[in-house]
Amino acid sequence: MYKYDEYDQSIVDARVEEFRDQCQRRLSGELSEDQFKPLRLMNGLYLQLHAYMLRVAVPYGTLNARQMRMLAHVARKYDRGYGHFTTRQNIQYNWIKLEDAADILAELATVEMHAIQTSGNCIRNISSDQFAGAAADEVTDPRPFAELLRQWSTFHPEFTYLPRKFKIAVIAAEEDRAVMRLHDIGLQLLERDGVLGAKVFVGGGMGRTPMIAPEIKDFIPADQLMSYLEACLRVYNRYGRRDNIYKARIKILIHELGADKYRAEVEEEFAQVRQLGIDPPAAELARISAMFAAPAFAADGGSVADRSDPDFAVWLDQNVRAHKQSGHAIVTISLKPIGGIPGDASAEQIDVMADLAERYSFDELRVTHAQNIVLPHVRIADLKAVWEALAEAGLADANLDLISDIIACPGLDYCALANARSIPLAQKIGQRFADLDRQRDLGELKLKISGCINACGHHHAGHIGILGVDRKGTENYQLLLGGSGAEDVSLGKITGPGFDEDGVVDAIERVTDTYVRIRETGERFVDTYRRVGMQPFKEAIYG
Amino acid sequence: MRLVTGNDLATGDVVWWTGRDWSRHIADASDAGERAEAIAREEEASRRVNVPYVIEASETPDGPRPAHIKDRIRALGPTVRPDLTLKPADALAGDWVI
Repeated sequence: MYKYDEYDQSIVDARVEEFRDQCQRRLSGELSEDQFKPLRLMNGLYLQLHAYMLRVAVPYGTLNARQMRMLAHVARKYDRGYGHFTTRQNIQYNWIKLEDAADILAELATVEMHAIQTSGNCIRNISSDQFAGAAADEVTDPRPFAELLRQWSTFHPEFTYLPRKFKIAVIAAEEDRAVMRLHDIGLQLLERDGVLGAKVFVGGGMGRTPMIAPEIKDFIPADQLMSYLEACLRVYNRYGRRDNIYKARIKILIHELGADKYRAEVEEEFAQVRQLGIDPPAAELARISAMFAAPAFAADGGSVADRSDPDFAVWLDQNVRAHKQSGHAIVTISLKPIGGIPGDASAEQIDVMADLAERYSFDELRVTHAQNIVLPHVRIADLKAVWEALAEAGLADANLDLISDIIACPGLDYCALANARSIPLAQKIGQRFADLDRQRDLGELKLKISGCINACGHHHAGHIGILGVDRKGTENYQLLLGGSGAEDVSLGKITGPGFDEDGVVDAIERVTDTYVRIRETGERFVDTYRRVGMQPFKEAIYG
Repeated sequence: MRLVTGNDLATGDVVWWTGRDWSRHIADASDAGERAEAIAREEEASRRVNVPYVIEASETPDGPRPAHIKDRIRALGPTVRPDLTLKPADALAGDWVI
C-alpha cells in the first residue's frame, strides 16, 4: 500500500482547510451557488436529488482496513448508515450536509483519503485491475504506475481545466478486468525484449457516444510513459472542443481528427516534452514500487479440506479466483444480494469487510468497477472462516459474473441527471433470476443498467445492457445486447423499441431462454450472440 | 398548480415554497401561480436555497402531486429505500411516485 509522504499529507490537509473556508463563505451567503459549484465539485461534493452527495476517491481501488473503517464511520456519523461503491472504484454518500462536508474531508485526511479528482474537468481518479498484485497473469503490479499517474495528475496545472473530464485505467494483464479500452486513456503494461513499458489506447469512453479506444502507441518504455501521457493530454487540451459539452471528450477529438493524425500530433509534442525531464527517476518508481511489495505470504497456505457444505462449495467455485501465490486465493465479496441495491453496503458490513481484510488478507481490500469488494490475498485454509463471516453479515452471495451480479448506477432514485430508475429494475431482474442453479446454468452474463445516456452503469459494455430513458414523462428502457468491457471489448446494440419496467424484465428472460436453446457447448451468452447475431434474440423479444 | 422547489443550502434537503417560507413537506407547498418565477429568482438571491425552480403539479386530495416523476421522487425520497423517505412507516408510499 502506498503511504503518504509529508508532501501528500500537507497537500490534502491544505485542501481541506481551503474547502472549509469555501463552505463557510457559501453558508454565510458570501458565495452564490454559481460561484461555489465549481469549488465544491473539485472536492467531490455534488448536489443530487435529495441532498448533497460526496464522492470519495479510492485510488486504483486499493484501500486498507483502517481506511475502510473510516468509510464506515463516515456512513454512520455523517450519512444514513451506508455507502455506495461506484463503477469507478470509488464510494459515494447520498445524504451529506454542506455544513459537515469539510469535517468529513478532515476525518478522511487522517487516513490518507480525500475527494480530490472525483469530479470536474480534470484527470479523475486512476482506476486499475482489482486483482493487481494478486493475479497470476499480470506482468507486473500496475498500481505503482497508477500511483505515479495519481501524483502526476493531482493538481497538474495544465490539466485542471481540461475540455472535459478525463479517465485513465492501467492494467498489466491480457485479461482486462478494468474496462481499459473504454477509458479516455487505457494503458496495458507489458514487457518487450526485457523492457517494461505500455501499450497506449486513447479515445475510448461510454456516455452518449460510446467508442472503443484505438491503439495510439504500440509500446512506450516505462521510463518515458509520463512524458508520453503529458503529450497525449497536451494535444487534447489544445484541440479538444470547449464549445459543446457533448463533443468535448477526447474520443470525439480523435474520431474527428482520425487516430493517425492524433498520433502524429502526439509524437510531435512528445519530442518536445521528452526534453523537459518530467519522467521520474528510476529510484522514484522503485520507492513507490517498494510500497506495493507482495506481503509475506505463508509458505503453506493450506488447502480446502471440506467442500461438504454445498453453499460454501458454490461460493468457492463462483467468487474465489486463483492467486499468483500458491496456497492463496482472491476472494470477491458480492455486493449484489437478490433484491438488494447494487454496490450498497451498510456501515456494519463495511466494518466486517475491514475486519476480514485485516485478519485474513494482509490488510488489503479492493473496490471493483463492478461494484464489489475484493480481499486479494486470502490463505486457502482461511476461506471457510471468511465465508462464514461473510454469510453472517449477508455478504456471501455466490453470484460473481452471473446475471444477478448487476452493475447499476444510482438512477432516478438519487441522481439529478437520471431519466429513469435503475435500482428497482436491477432488483426485479435479480428476483426473476434468483435461482442460483439457473444463474449458474446461464454462466457468465454481465448485465449493466444506466439510468441515462451518461452511462455510469456501463450499459454499452454489458453482455446485456439496459438504458433508461424518459419517454413523455414515463420511464422507458432500451435493451442492448453484445457489449463487453473485457479484453474482447465490444459495444452493445439496441434490440429495438423500448419497454416499461416489467416489459424489459420479460424481454431479458426471452433473451436468456433463446440463448439456452441455441447455445453450443462452452459458449457464454456473448459468444452465442456473436455467432448468431441479433436476429434470433430480436424474434424472441418482439415476435 | 405551480410549485417552487429547491434544496436547502445547509442540509441539501428538498424544500417546497409554502408562500411565506420553505418546508420539507410537499403537503405544505402552495400554488405560486404567476409569481413562481419571480419567487424562485428572489429566493435564489437570498441564498438560503440552492437553485430554486418552478414545477407543474396537480392538486389532489392528498396534496400537490408533481407532474414529473423526478419531482415526485424528490418529494418522497428514494423509492428503493422506504425507510429513508419522508413516510418511512408507509410501505405503500412509493406507489404515489409511480
